[in-house]
Amino acid sequence: MNAQLVTARQLGLVSCHDCRLLIDAQQVDTHPHCPRCGAHLHLRKPNSLARTWALVWAALICLVPANLLPMTITTALGTKQADTIMSGVIYFMQSGSWEVATVIFVASIFVPCAKLLILIYLLLSVRFRSAWRPRDRTVLYRLTELVGRWSMVDIYVVTILVALVRLGAVAAIEAGPAAVYFAAVVVITMFAAESFDPRLIWDVVEEDV
Amino acid sequence: MSSHSTSRHRYPQDRLPERATPADAAICASGHRTDPLLIACPNCDLLHRLAPQGDATLLCFRCGAVLYRDKPNSIERGLALTLTALILFVLSNSFPFLAMKSGGLVQETILLTGIRELWNEGMQGLAFLVLLTCVLVPLAQMLGLLYILAPLYGGRPPARHAGRVFRLVQEVAPWGMMEVFLIGVLVALVKLGHMATIVPGVSVFSFAVLIFIMAAAYSSLDPPLLWDRLDLRR
Ligand SMILES: [Zn+2]
Ligand SMILES: [Zn+2]
Ligand SMILES: [Zn+2]
Repeated sequence: MNAQLVTARQLGLVSCHDCRLLIDAQQVDTHPHCPRCGAHLHLRKPNSLARTWALVWAALICLVPANLLPMTITTALGTKQADTIMSGVIYFMQSGSWEVATVIFVASIFVPCAKLLILIYLLLSVRFRSAWRPRDRTVLYRLTELVGRWSMVDIYVVTILVALVRLGAVAAIEAGPAAVYFAAVVVITMFAAESFDPRLIWDVVEEDV
Repeated sequence: MSSHSTSRHRYPQDRLPERATPADAAICASGHRTDPLLIACPNCDLLHRLAPQGDATLLCFRCGAVLYRDKPNSIERGLALTLTALILFVLSNSFPFLAMKSGGLVQETILLTGIRELWNEGMQGLAFLVLLTCVLVPLAQMLGLLYILAPLYGGRPPARHAGRVFRLVQEVAPWGMMEVFLIGVLVALVKLGHMATIVPGVSVFSFAVLIFIMAAAYSSLDPPLLWDRLDLRR
């Protein structure tokens, strides 16, 4: 390894998660709080792998009802129509608004699935002590941190529809059970990305050199 | 980037980070472990040294994470943008963002009534999530920034617990999702377009501006400078 590459851990330093102050690891053992900002200190996020796995599994389980159950139930002129996420996308494609179809597809189907697959890949790569392209894997991690929030679009659409279409006489839209599961997927994957510590990717590379 | 040397609120010594050298390692090992010139990459733990000159965005040279970004006049800009955002926020939540005309009826909605409808429908969890991400978190961020920046702008010592408030502001940031909400409004516009006439209200526009102002306010902050000022040990 390049002699100039020194990590905080190798020098016995802990970097504060919130304010980036470097603190002596021995000091952290006796008093695990940052003297500058008061944050709880830890060399790596605690139980990072186990917690991330648990959250990934929880999200995967919620993903099934989120996609199978109806997201919205529209009552118009006496007929009820239940729409899942996918049937909403197909509806937009057929009615010619392919921009909207793309937005919903990317935000509600592609992003959550891609995010979970990336997290699973990262977890496995640390588990099997992969030394393959750690930089690209770190970039993948930053990507999952960044894009997760955009999955909330569909939840907001449902909120707005429910709020607006309360005319009763003409039509009514209710939020379907999938909305709750889908919201759970978004929230849980955000926590999952937060609990994964990308420094583990580099730790195993360094340890195996 | 010539105005830096003259600006009032500069990070102490115009620090440009570069890689830590073995000499730094020796310094650290000899006991100066909390050398303020050293920072560790949050994504890969690699140590970098902040050098005393230059304008900069420094990326970790091993994993590419942003380690440091030069933010001129961060306190003035941050405060001005936060105040603007707060005014826009009040506007956005007082006026309807969409009106729907169908038959002879006009249905208007402001954000909070939408949340109330969800709540009344028995979806309290969802209602709370929308309230949290579109109202409470952005509001908390703005008020928090105001609390931190106002005394610093006036040249006074930081407010009580300002460090803790800043930590909270940073921690809740991922949960503020106003820009995502705006996309939701646009999608809803298209979706309802075939059922009725939908008219975007004042609030959609103030919301759109608010999102940019909020993003600008947040990115004008200079966390290393703020942490230097808000140090709990002082
Ligand atoms: Zn700290
Ligand atoms: Zn902790
Ligand atoms: Zn790095």
